[in-house]
Amino acid sequence: MLSIKNIHANVEGKEILKGINLEIKAGEVHAIMGPNGSGKSTLASVLAGREEYEVTEGEVNFLNKDLLELSPEDRAREGLFLAFQYPVEIPGVSTTNFIKAAVNEKRKYQGLEPLDAVAFLKIMKEKMKLVEIDQSLLSRSINEGFSGGEKKRNEIFQMAMLEPKLAILDETDSGLDIDALRIVANGINKLHNPDRAVLVITHYQRLLDYIQPDFVHVLYNGRIVKSGTKELALELEQKGYDFITDEVDLTAQ
Amino acid sequence: MIDLTYFKAQFEQLQQDDPEGSIAAIRKESFDVFNKAGLPTFRTEEWKYTGVGSLFEQSYQPVGHTISTEDLEVLRMSGHHKANELVFVNGRFDAKLSNILSDHDEITLLSLKDAASGSYHSLLSKHLNKSSEYIKDGIHALNGAFIDEGIFIHIHKGKSLQHPIYVYHLMDSRNQPVLAQPRNFIYVDESSKLQLTETYATLGTADSFCNEVLEIVVEQNAFVEYYKIQNDKANASQVSTTHITQAGRSYVHTVTITLNGGIVRNNLNAVLDAAGNETHLYGAYLLKGKTHADNHTLIDNRQPNCFSNQLYKGIADDASTAVFNGRIMVQPDAQKTNSFQSNKNILLSDNATINTKPQLEIFADDVKCSHGCTVGQLDKEALFYLRARGIPQDQAEVLLLQAYAADILAQIKPMAIRAYVEKLIYDHLSIV
Repeated sequence: MLSIKNIHANVEGKEILKGINLEIKAGEVHAIMGPNGSGKSTLASVLAGREEYEVTEGEVNFLNKDLLELSPEDRAREGLFLAFQYPVEIPGVSTTNFIKAAVNEKRKYQGLEPLDAVAFLKIMKEKMKLVEIDQSLLSRSINEGFSGGEKKRNEIFQMAMLEPKLAILDETDSGLDIDALRIVANGINKLHNPDRAVLVITHYQRLLDYIQPDFVHVLYNGRIVKSGTKELALELEQKGYDFITDEVDLTAQ
Repeated sequence: MIDLTYFKAQFEQLQQDDPEGSIAAIRKESFDVFNKAGLPTFRTEEWKYTGVGSLFEQSYQPVGHTISTEDLEVLRMSGHHKANELVFVNGRFDAKLSNILSDHDEITLLSLKDAASGSYHSLLSKHLNKSSEYIKDGIHALNGAFIDEGIFIHIHKGKSLQHPIYVYHLMDSRNQPVLAQPRNFIYVDESSKLQLTETYATLGTADSFCNEVLEIVVEQNAFVEYYKIQNDKANASQVSTTHITQAGRSYVHTVTITLNGGIVRNNLNAVLDAAGNETHLYGAYLLKGKTHADNHTLIDNRQPNCFSNQLYKGIADDASTAVFNGRIMVQPDAQKTNSFQSNKNILLSDNATINTKPQLEIFADDVKCSHGCTVGQLDKEALFYLRARGIPQDQAEVLLLQAYAADILAQIKPMAIRAYVEKLIYDHLSIV
């Protein structure tokens, strides 16, 4: 589904990603972990198409298309979804209208008729239950005055509405209390199926208690330095990142 | 070279036809000011950023019109079935196209001439052309020099109009350029309530210039909502002066929406001439093409304990120009004045210009006044967020610009007008 080959990327002239390789197949759950500043969020941003990030080398193939050639909106309409680490507040744009516009843009792209108000509301009610989000939040402006947990839940709700092929969750667990974490994880698990893949980016292991990854990768200094199964995450939790990063630094010397 | 001499013949003709009375005197006085002051230039402080010389490169002759009810039909605003509709064509009231629903015990409608020579004589002697004490330029005087078929409206004491008033200013420039100079006066009597919306439309491809003066006097306990919607063509320019005198303790709420047009200059004055007045001025200007929109506001605090709030928000795209000049005067007697002003702008293009200037003149020592202005750009993070959900860039920009204007639109209280304006704005922003 997603094939990342030797991606290098700069932000403001500074190289952050220094050759990332990653293969994700349909149905798989991958977790990327790593210390602060290792390039985790940069990878998410590059995949979603944030323009401040300049890809200097490498290629990304998503569902047999050259992902890097697509605009951010086309990536979304092809089925890529980024749950933002810091969802933006947009006063004056109603959440419901926004999601309806997004859903219908995607349908248009797929050659489908736009959903009418009734059909849209029906789907919305269904998905609201899934992520335990309140109607009152959705009638407000996008994320305006939402708590940290509400913003993250709104991200997962949007994901549920858009039914992406590949969901990238950028530190969705940060700032969540234990109940919110459970609800968010639950939402992700319910959406997961053999046709869809999930890429979880996280600093801590605790989200992985709820979302069982098939593969865990450690990102350090712009490269994936170690890959393994979910046991790797547990090992990281116990020993900290040092046990890997020291080893890498030593080899580099 | 701009030739204005033809106005002399037109003026003399008018004086000859109607030589008597107070209005003829105002015309004479105004024409003298016009001759002396001439057209404002960039050296005139109040007109530093707005040039009107180009509007007088052609001469304007009085013209008839062929506007029909069918022409009007497509221009009518939402909610018109329940509104008093006053139609002015080329500056003159057209009784045939107009439609008054309110009863005679709620509203009196007269020609300005009849009102001035009849039972409203003393009221009009006191207030008519009071705006000239505040606006002394030649453009304003030109309107005064040609006061002819203006309308006088009296909202009766204690009556809250069930039907709002919609005013349409239509310019028929299908045969030749047209200068329209509407001159109207509204007297909002004690404890009455008025909801007024004005809009402008030019039919035709020759240039139109609407030089309008509307004076409103608001008495004790009266409540006025006033909406101005400017979405005319690129060949349509206007100088639109609204001079509001809050003679008694009252409440005035205005929203000015400027979308399309050539040169659009608004003078909005509120004279707070009684203690405890409350005034709210809101405006949104969303400009593109070569539209030049200039909002000059003036709040003259003359009595104590008045409150006023101004919020104007604008967007300038393409080669458009936006001007905001917010003047607040606090006279020596106006202690405990609270007067706030804010002007926010988004610049969308390298070729667009925004000039914003607060102007506070405070002669009392116990007052609270604030002002602020900003010029910024669209929030890139917000734009990316919308695009990352599959909304194309141009649509995302429209959403954000609509959102930007949303708090001004929320100040349009009648739902019919608000929905009408929202649709205009959506169409305006969506057409590239």
